[in-house]
Amino acid sequence: MAERYVNCKGLQCPGPLVQVAREARGAATGDILVVEATDIGFKKDVAAWAGKTGNELLTLEEADGVITVRIRVSR
Amino acid sequence: MARQENDGKSIIVFSGDLDKAMAAFIIATGAAAMGSEVTMFFTFWGLNVLRKSGPVAVSKPLLDRVFGWMMPKGPDRLGLSKMNMGGAGAGMMRFIMRKKNVMPLRKLIDEARDLGVRMIACTMSMDVMGLKQEELIDGLEFAGVASYLETAEKCGVNLFI
Repeated sequence: MAERYVNCKGLQCPGPLVQVAREARGAATGDILVVEATDIGFKKDVAAWAGKTGNELLTLEEADGVITVRIRVSR
Repeated sequence: MARQENDGKSIIVFSGDLDKAMAAFIIATGAAAMGSEVTMFFTFWGLNVLRKSGPVAVSKPLLDRVFGWMMPKGPDRLGLSKMNMGGAGAGMMRFIMRKKNVMPLRKLIDEARDLGVRMIACTMSMDVMGLKQEELIDGLEFAGVASYLETAEKCGVNLFI
């Protein structure tokens, strides 16, 4: 079970979603994606993405304008 | 996760305005990233979004040729639906979007294709506007209203932009 870092800082919608979807597709079930983004809309969007695609949003933190989320790839 | 019924999204792209085309492609790429099957159906002015920017050698009647000259050739030539000001507004919008790191329309189209978004060009509009298949970007399907409706029936979201 690998941990993958996904840098989405500076990307605007729908950039972060597309990046995360692409990484999730390339990951194995159980892998963790650690995503950093600066688009504040991503907070709600990543939760919607995870719910829709059946991946698990583990944590969501925000510090100094950077949103960090951890996602477990569940399918 | 199994795909739900009516999970597809269909978008009719009728407008050839930069801002509206961007909205259409942002929704399309976002939906594809969320795992949905997405179909975009391009008709009338929307076909200009798909035009190749360079010159394409095709033989066609004068009227079709003139029509072709008057319409924008591809994503880098589209105007804004508001405050276009003869193209100055569109230029300013492109500059601001570049500065703020918003994906340009050309890139959004590439992303959409990469994510498997189906793009269908309406053949009736192509004929009316004198556009040939060779003048449009690669990877398109060519069809009519029945194909759109068949797709739309399977979609839970159907937009007209």
